[in-house]
Amino acid sequence: MKKHLVTIFIAVLTLIAFGSCNKDIQENLSDLAQLTPSNQDVNAGSWKTVVLVTADEVALAAPTAATDPAYLAEVAATKQAAAGANATQKKAISYWSAGSILRWNEILRELVAKHNLAPAPKDDNTYPIPDANNPFNYPQFPFANPPYAARAYAYAAVAQYDALVAAWYYKNKYQRNSTYNTDPSIVPLVPKNNLPGYPCEDAVAAGAAYVMLRALFPADTSLINEKVAEAAQYKKWAGAATDSDISAGLALGKAIGQKVLNRAKTDKMKNAIGTQAIWDSLRQSAVTRGETPWLSQDVPSRPPMLPLFGQVKPFLFPAADIAAIRPPAPPSTNSAEFQAQLESVRKESDPNDRDKMRIVHFWADGTGTYTPPGHWNYFTAELVYKAQQSEVRAARTFALLGMSMMDAGITCWDIKYFYMVPRPTQMDPKIKTLTGLPNFPAYTSGHSTFSWAGATILSHIFPSAKNDLESKASEASISRVYGGIHYPMDCDAGKVSGVRIGNLAIARAQSDGAE
Amino acid sequence: MHPFLFQILTFIQMRKKLLFFLFLGCSLYANAQSLSDGIFMDKRYLCAGVLYNHDAWDHYWEGSLLRTNGNIGTLTTQNAVVMANYGVFNRLNVIAMLPFVWTNASSGTLTGQRGFQDFTLGIKYKAFETNVLGGKLSGQVVAGGSIPSTNYVADYLPLSIGLHSKTLWGRGILHFAGAKHLTFLLSAAYIGRSNVSIDRTSYYTTHQIYSSEVAMPDAAQFAFRGGYYSFRWGAEFLAQHDATLGGFDIRRQDMPFLSNNMDATRVGVTAFYRFPFLDDLQLLGTAMQVVQGRNVGKSFSWSLGVTKFFNFNPKKQ
Repeated sequence: MKKHLVTIFIAVLTLIAFGSCNKDIQENLSDLAQLTPSNQDVNAGSWKTVVLVTADEVALAAPTAATDPAYLAEVAATKQAAAGANATQKKAISYWSAGSILRWNEILRELVAKHNLAPAPKDDNTYPIPDANNPFNYPQFPFANPPYAARAYAYAAVAQYDALVAAWYYKNKYQRNSTYNTDPSIVPLVPKNNLPGYPCEDAVAAGAAYVMLRALFPADTSLINEKVAEAAQYKKWAGAATDSDISAGLALGKAIGQKVLNRAKTDKMKNAIGTQAIWDSLRQSAVTRGETPWLSQDVPSRPPMLPLFGQVKPFLFPAADIAAIRPPAPPSTNSAEFQAQLESVRKESDPNDRDKMRIVHFWADGTGTYTPPGHWNYFTAELVYKAQQSEVRAARTFALLGMSMMDAGITCWDIKYFYMVPRPTQMDPKIKTLTGLPNFPAYTSGHSTFSWAGATILSHIFPSAKNDLESKASEASISRVYGGIHYPMDCDAGKVSGVRIGNLAIARAQSDGAE
Repeated sequence: MHPFLFQILTFIQMRKKLLFFLFLGCSLYANAQSLSDGIFMDKRYLCAGVLYNHDAWDHYWEGSLLRTNGNIGTLTTQNAVVMANYGVFNRLNVIAMLPFVWTNASSGTLTGQRGFQDFTLGIKYKAFETNVLGGKLSGQVVAGGSIPSTNYVADYLPLSIGLHSKTLWGRGILHFAGAKHLTFLLSAAYIGRSNVSIDRTSYYTTHQIYSSEVAMPDAAQFAFRGGYYSFRWGAEFLAQHDATLGGFDIRRQDMPFLSNNMDATRVGVTAFYRFPFLDDLQLLGTAMQVVQGRNVGKSFSWSLGVTKFFNFNPKKQ
């Protein structure tokens, strides 16, 4: 008997020792192959820019000729750098060569998730406000909530898109050979292409990111600087860019980034948080209409999230149109129709339905996440990677998606604070939520608006993914009813708005010269 | 007392006295006392019972910051556990348990959860027993594991009913049963925890991760208990430290997460009484307070349970 016991114990201890050892996680969209676009989009220099009026709005000096001894010395230095690339540099090459635009989007999603935390209440039950001039002080700037994030994704992508269109413009204009075409003995550590090398597109994208990300996430400048240095230099370590390709690229990217940043600085985001008087007047206008106005249900009561975000300058429609594209008023909070909406929430929201719970949590994208616009940026990254879009086309895709998300946020926030519809939990305290309750009015659903805007523009760019994208948008939308935080009418109206914004993006896409 | 009843009780007590060391046991606190209490059932004796546990906190540690949260108020977790401890051999017991858990937040809008949690199976082996200082010192090894019994939602802390990790664990126990019914126990356990699959495909720990899988750090537990232990009744002081071996802190105003670095030091008391007129049905209660922690609630918990012995030995004579 003793023998058996010894065997049992050895077996159990072995299980304990080895059973829980391998905890490595295989992440999605990691270990990516190097980007090998089937179409280099050589004519992208003629595509329509967003903020820049023309692609050559920022001047870029002509490079030294490919036959110039100074340039040849640079090429030799690059060849040497590639031959001596160390492990860290090779790691950077493998990371960035999957696509600079893809990686910057990934970095941005991470920054958003890092900063998507609402300020904690103070002892006197008020809330501190993040201060862009003191980004390191608690609460750190920014609070990257969904509108902030939507805008951040948009500006970062637009800056990179405009910068890459300019890069392609100058590549074609100056036609300076890339390193490996100048010196055929160079075997680059990245796939070859036939694009002229000056300026280096990865450095251009890094320069634009440098300006935009540092402005949007000022507490993370050291991380951003580190990534910029890597992204700008990796093509040299890989034998595919020279110092002048890179320095010209960085300068061009930064200058264009600055132009886009200037737009951001004057887009009225600064005022979006409002004042106590504005918050009171928003509530009062609903009371005057005879409605029960939305109230913050955070404890202690929290100021509304960016109530004037609806006044931020959109990309895809004139700001003056905001009232015209607003949907009609939802049923009055006193009406039978409204009661019916409330009843639908009671019926659809069930914490004991495991599959609904899965849907709620899959799409929640709440506190500490990359937000719903981030989720759609992630889907975009998957599609861009799968399609192996060129850097400039990837930048265009993210810019179209980003502008759709931001404008979806603008119209949605305008509607939310215009109608001030209370959340189901405010109208019936017996209703409980299956996820965190957002601190802004219900009508219309941000998830629905963002998702349908995203699904619409992405279905245009990736027609074969249409069914999948639309079912994702539907599920994202209904998840909020399942979660007990939205009425079905919020989702239906959100879909109408989202599709409208998505169609504006499609109209732009059809006329920007890329299709 | 009715003479017949008296006769029965006397008979039982005599038998129990003979079997004193067999019956030392069948107690439990929190979810798993019998897996850590140093007590053995003798061969073919079953101890089975149910236990109700109530745990509540209105302060919690966000990292090392002790705070309240108006959107949670008081977080109450209750559970009802069914457990059984069977003596396969005098020195080898098999223990099984399954809790039903339900949670509630007194403030805010988040809904509570309820459901069957993790099924635990363990074996307890007495490796040695020796006479020391007028008492008996024994060394024991407990090993086992747990597995979620349902597909409950884990990624919904603090309202989820569990972490949905499979565990494999081993525990070493030094147990001293001294003169005058004094008893002391020291134990240390290592808990291996499997990765957990959640409903979302990305989450942020100290960085963004794109996966549904969450890497769960292993955990350790150290416990001390000591006090009076007789067949009829017992009362002991308890101290327990649970440590997550890795993991990260909840960020300021973030939600807690499965792979947080959750640590808790608890102190408390446990007591039991066996009712002679109820065939030694045992009533037991425990109260514990978290005195120090990290990424956990500063909870006060109490439990109340009843357990019963069953003899599966063939009747003698």
